[in-house]
Amino acid sequence: MVSRRMPPAADPTRPPSDVPITITLDGTPYTGTAGQTLAGVLLGAGRLSWRTSPGGASRGVFCGIGVCFDCIATVNDACDVRLCQRRAVDGDRVVSQGLDAPLPLRSAGTRPAHGVADV
Amino acid sequence: MSDVLVIGAGPAGLHAASRALDAGAEVTVLDAHDLVGGQFWRHLPDDRAAADEAQLHHGWKSFQQLRVRLEEHPRCRVLTGTEVWAIEPEEHGAAARVHALSGPSGALRREEVLLTPERLVLATGAHDRVLPFPGWDLPGVFSAGAAQALAKAERVAVGERVLVAGAGPFLLATAASLIATGATVVGVHEAAGPSALCRGWLSRPWELASSARKLTELAAYVTGHLRHRIPYVAGSAVIAAEGNGRVESVRVTRLDRDWRPVARTERDIAVDAVAVSHGFTPRLELAIAAGCAITADRFVAVDARQATTVPGVYAAGELTGIGGMALSAVEGAIAGLEAAGGVIPRQLLAERARQRAFAIRLERAHGIRPGWTDWLCDDTTICRCEDVPFGALSLTEGATQSLRAAKLSTRAGLGSCQGRTCGRTVEEILRQSPGLLGTTTTDQRPIAAPVRLGEFARE
Ligand SMILES: Cc1cc2nc3c(=O)[nH]c(=O)nc-3n(C[C@H](O)[C@H](O)[C@H](O)COP(=O)(O)OP(=O)(O)OC[C@H]3O[C@@H](n4cnc5c(N)ncnc54)[C@H](O)[C@@H]3O)c2cc1C
Ligand code: FES
Repeated sequence: MVSRRMPPAADPTRPPSDVPITITLDGTPYTGTAGQTLAGVLLGAGRLSWRTSPGGASRGVFCGIGVCFDCIATVNDACDVRLCQRRAVDGDRVVSQGLDAPLPLRSAGTRPAHGVADV
Repeated sequence: MSDVLVIGAGPAGLHAASRALDAGAEVTVLDAHDLVGGQFWRHLPDDRAAADEAQLHHGWKSFQQLRVRLEEHPRCRVLTGTEVWAIEPEEHGAAARVHALSGPSGALRREEVLLTPERLVLATGAHDRVLPFPGWDLPGVFSAGAAQALAKAERVAVGERVLVAGAGPFLLATAASLIATGATVVGVHEAAGPSALCRGWLSRPWELASSARKLTELAAYVTGHLRHRIPYVAGSAVIAAEGNGRVESVRVTRLDRDWRPVARTERDIAVDAVAVSHGFTPRLELAIAAGCAITADRFVAVDARQATTVPGVYAAGELTGIGGMALSAVEGAIAGLEAAGGVIPRQLLAERARQRAFAIRLERAHGIRPGWTDWLCDDTTICRCEDVPFGALSLTEGATQSLRAAKLSTRAGLGSCQGRTCGRTVEEILRQSPGLLGTTTTDQRPIAAPVRLGEFARE
């Protein structure tokens, strides 16, 4: 009853068989296949959300094309990475972000500047 | 020999690049995504390419030919994974100064790319416009484009029982991809009513017959639906999504011709995902930053040769109007030829006219009608980034005089997406109340993509 990746053997488009890769989200391992985005690995494994909005709501993928920023998380210590735009590499460490989540590297040096630009 | 930079490698950008090569130019085409193809030909990466991927695409063979041509052409440079974050107008001979960063999305260290082309073709496309409804921010609600991108480029179905809703023929494409990815589509709910559909699609059939390619595409979707017996409900919308921590059911209702919910027609349908799209919003920020004039209906203004109001800058594809792949492709071809100083064949102009007629039908049949705000409740989230509810925006009516003031007092549109997702909705809500003065829009974004302060500091 969730999002999932089609197994290659059942896929009418006949993709090659899997080359498994494993990433972690807050320490929990998720396995996908090489060539997926981080969001693709998580959704493909049935994980729908990973971020907490300022009001406490759960967020995952919404636009899927890098526009909405719902899917951001910290990847290998860099914060605010759009998981739908980032190819997964075996061993990637994803840490969820939100008001209460730890913010490992939110120093001026790594914080994207776009938020300030609009006002 | 002129040098032409094309930003965006979707149908418009790829055709622009190819035609500019035909006309003898030195061409660079760049795209933020690490694969070319844009939204229409979003596909699996090479090391995971499927033997029969063509099943998921229209025009797959011509896409492959275009792609190989550009990748192998000695006068062409294809820069993927290269995101433009700013454009400045340029005075000394170049069309603009284009600042980009190249490397994995969001990585701490990306490579700076600065380009000052003689001619610039903007082909940055569009993103889905999703009208909010109660529960649209629950996990399991996706834009139809996301469902499409995940199906085509990941082979991931967003759910097992999926309802597709919104407006436009794109819903049919999404349903078809979901089925090809193993999902069950429980229904396609089109907001436009039967009479709007008839007016848009059945009037002047001789005009439609000339966009044969489009018709075959639609016919393929429709027969696919029949085969899978998917209910297609015209004049219907999802007005709420409910569930405990994720979508478990949606409430659908009939709409009147202005998209107002009709009382006592509601029913609940059990689903585990919803894919929603009410149309598309052009990605205007780079064009605005380059100084291009924008039309009253909020597209980049272009003349018959796809030239913008800035000398040396052209625009093509969904930036100049929403009409699907074929219109994007032909506009791209014209822009590419013109940018490279080539001669534009009459057939291309005729093809563009045919496709534009199709786009007008699309808007007439499926364009957003004002009654939809009736399905909002005070606590319905409008701005997903900052969790601003509808109630907060309607309260600002008397107190605020401008969009800017409303944004500052509620924070709507000031979150990470810079108002891309909610901007036009916020404008529409404020415009429906008499308090809003001023003509500012939410389209200006001087920084078009996130840049880390560290990346600035290295300059
Ligand atoms: C998610 C999504 C899926 C879609 N799928 C379909 C479909 O299956 N069938 C259909 O008929 N229509 C689909 N559409 C509609 C689609 O937009 C058009 O059919 C067609 O792709 C438009 O072509 P284009 O060349 O104008 O723009 P696009 O195809 O959108 O190409 C624009 C390109 O510009 C790039 N870009 C944007 N900003 C920047 C920047 N700052 N720096 C670098 N690059 C940038 C983008 O990465 C993108 O690749 C989809 C739309 C969306 C949003
Ligand atoms: S889902 Fe919208 S940016 Fe990733």
